[in-house]
Amino acid sequence: MSIEVRNVSKRFGSFQALDDVSLDVGGGSLTALLGPSGSGKSTLLRIIAGLEQPDTGSIHLAGEDATGVAPQQRGVGFVFQHYAAFKHMTVRDNVAFGLKIRKRPKDEIRARVDELLSLVQLTGFGHRYPSQLSGGQRQRMALARALAPEPHVLLLDEPFGALDARVRAELRVWLRRLHEETHTTTVFVTHDQEEAMEVADSVVVMNEGHIEQVAGPRELYDAPANDFVMRFVGEAITFDGELVRPHDLELVLDADEWTREALVARVVHLGFDVRAELVGDDGAPFTVQLTRDEAERLELVPGEIVFVRQKRARQLA
Amino acid sequence: MTTFLSVVVLLPIAALVWSSGKHGWHAFWTVVSEPEAVAALKLSLGAAVIISVINAVVGTITAWVLVRDDFVGKSLMNAVIDLPFALPTIVGGLTLLTLYGPQSPIGVNIAFTRTAIILALLFETLPFVVRTVQPVLLELDLEAEEAARSLGAREARIFRSIILPNILPGILSGVALAFARAIGEIGAIVLISGNLPFKTEVAAVFVFNHIQSGDENGAAAVAVVMLVFAFLLLLTIGGLRYLATRHERDA
Amino acid sequence: MRRYGLRGIAVFYLLAVLLGPLAMVFYRAFDNGLHPLWASLTDTNTIHAFNLTLEITAIAVPINTVFGVVCALAIVRQRFPGAGIVNALVDLPLALSPVVVGLMLFLLYGRTGWFGGWLSHHGIQVLFATPAMVIATIFVSLPFVAREVVPTLRELGDEQEQAAHTLGASGWQTFWRITLPSIRWAVIYGVVLTTARCLGEYGAVAVVSGHIEGRTETATLRVQDYYENFNTTGAYGIAIVLAAISVLVLLAMTLLKPKEAV
Repeated sequence: MSIEVRNVSKRFGSFQALDDVSLDVGGGSLTALLGPSGSGKSTLLRIIAGLEQPDTGSIHLAGEDATGVAPQQRGVGFVFQHYAAFKHMTVRDNVAFGLKIRKRPKDEIRARVDELLSLVQLTGFGHRYPSQLSGGQRQRMALARALAPEPHVLLLDEPFGALDARVRAELRVWLRRLHEETHTTTVFVTHDQEEAMEVADSVVVMNEGHIEQVAGPRELYDAPANDFVMRFVGEAITFDGELVRPHDLELVLDADEWTREALVARVVHLGFDVRAELVGDDGAPFTVQLTRDEAERLELVPGEIVFVRQKRARQLA
Repeated sequence: MTTFLSVVVLLPIAALVWSSGKHGWHAFWTVVSEPEAVAALKLSLGAAVIISVINAVVGTITAWVLVRDDFVGKSLMNAVIDLPFALPTIVGGLTLLTLYGPQSPIGVNIAFTRTAIILALLFETLPFVVRTVQPVLLELDLEAEEAARSLGAREARIFRSIILPNILPGILSGVALAFARAIGEIGAIVLISGNLPFKTEVAAVFVFNHIQSGDENGAAAVAVVMLVFAFLLLLTIGGLRYLATRHERDA
Repeated sequence: MRRYGLRGIAVFYLLAVLLGPLAMVFYRAFDNGLHPLWASLTDTNTIHAFNLTLEITAIAVPINTVFGVVCALAIVRQRFPGAGIVNALVDLPLALSPVVVGLMLFLLYGRTGWFGGWLSHHGIQVLFATPAMVIATIFVSLPFVAREVVPTLRELGDEQEQAAHTLGASGWQTFWRITLPSIRWAVIYGVVLTTARCLGEYGAVAVVSGHIEGRTETATLRVQDYYENFNTTGAYGIAIVLAAISVLVLLAMTLLKPKEAV
């Protein structure tokens, strides 16, 4: 099911969370809303779910105006950052909730719950209570619960934010695979650009209530629409007045018309790669990434003066 | 819900305020400044102040013992503290009368004295300060005290400079609740005090007696004063709660 | 050394003010032997008094429970202007003297009161009868359920309820399946406190009841009645029954008390 956001604005007191935001999310896609805190991404997600009402603008789900429709009727599944588990119910009852509300027959419910528990790899945990599960397990339960009533849209609000690094990495892969199996339109919110790039087909970069750019991960990295996006997605360094990627810089021993002087402050060996921390001739620190071989060839030592230039600079006449 | 609240709470308050004021401010003042009324109010207020001070001290000590100390019977002691909340007030008064009244086995007879009033109020207000200070003590950062100790501070100083400032809002909340309760108490007092006008007649008993004798005006006047006090105390408690959570909100 | 001192003060205080007197009552009740005690307790008017107390409690507790839950939900979940005033009004019965409460009802429902004329015209007896006593008891025991539920609701947050909405549950379904089960212990604890308050109510019902033996006397009023008529055995008898109930209530309170471990 497609989602259309048209000119949505929302303010909380004196804080403008969303300012005239419009967006199209294609049916069956996996989209990330990426941005720093306060960018409005969670607010937008909640408005799509119907958990908040926009001040102005509209939301269309599958072409129909859903702006005034209650969350109960929108057919959206929502996963919260802190799980929102029904603490007084077992895992099975949690997952079955949406189906019980819809008064499905008991056999159907039991079968579907079994199917979902197997999908999220929680078979055998059905009779436990949420407090007896780990964070990762709770979130998988929350996902199963949201998927049980077969929603048209799956919305996740920083779903892995409360989990530790390894579990987060596992669940990312897992979410991607889940989407490939179910093909449900999925939108998730994250402030972690790596997560967005790794999981989503399409990334919506937001900042201060606006959308900065909508693009696939590759395009976002290679052709950022502005400085904010460039800085937010991947690393960016100011060199010669422009923003460049660290790996677009190279160190050489001889000066030429495209180079700037820099002082080597520190050389950090990160396994196979080497990160050189330098101070430019304008006093600003920056880093350049090199392979071990390159670093050895240059004989980088702290205190040494080297020359920096952009790699493709020579092609520019 | 609002209708229920209005009918059950607001309407009666309105009736009281209207009744006491219907003959005008001057009439109200005359009734309230009658010697018997003044005596009753003074007694109630005075008693409330005394028990507040006692509760502040003993209540804090009890809370301290319950939180920081450990001994056989501590959980029993903790449970027993709530007894005045569970026991009917008149039974409370009667129990005090049994031990400290005319047939006292230990020869202490304070019936019909002001001491009896104080004792009855102490009984009824016992849990307040203990229960407001306990949770605060539980939340205290022990490491702050350890830091102070390592810097050379002695226990009394630690209590005064580190512990007391943190539990003070808790103590004051409990005191405000005890104070409110003390001004209005009747059940525990009515048997043991003898209700002698000018001697052991508290404000609540004054109101009661004057209703019985048909003097609704007198009763209403003193009742309104008590109502005003109740509101002020509620505001104080609310204010204290606001102050106590201020730190969390600033964070 | 200091520790024993503090412990001693606390224990002594509790014994002197609380436990000693209570023990004394149980002891004294049996002073004249079992028979007079039993006779006083099974006296028709006394039995009526106990029944009346239970009847009033059985009416007031459910009403205040429903009110308490609804009120707590309104205060915590709805951002309406005047929530602070509602909060204060609900707390008022805790700070107000029961006698003042009785007087207020007297002024409303007495013969010369606001509704007095209308009521006597329609032959409805409120004052000096059970209705007034029920209203008085409802007023004084109003706050307990609300005060217990409010902090629990606040701490719970409404994410579970939001989740239920996204899963298709209506307002009522959400309340019944999600909210209520989550607050049930707070409600139960509130009900225990409310019940204790209703059983022990004295001041307000003393004013509005008229103390009519066999008709408008509750157990607490009967204690006073017996005592003032020098039937100390009778007074102690009722007192120990009430005290025994209180100990059960105290047990329930201790077992159900939210968090705050010692």
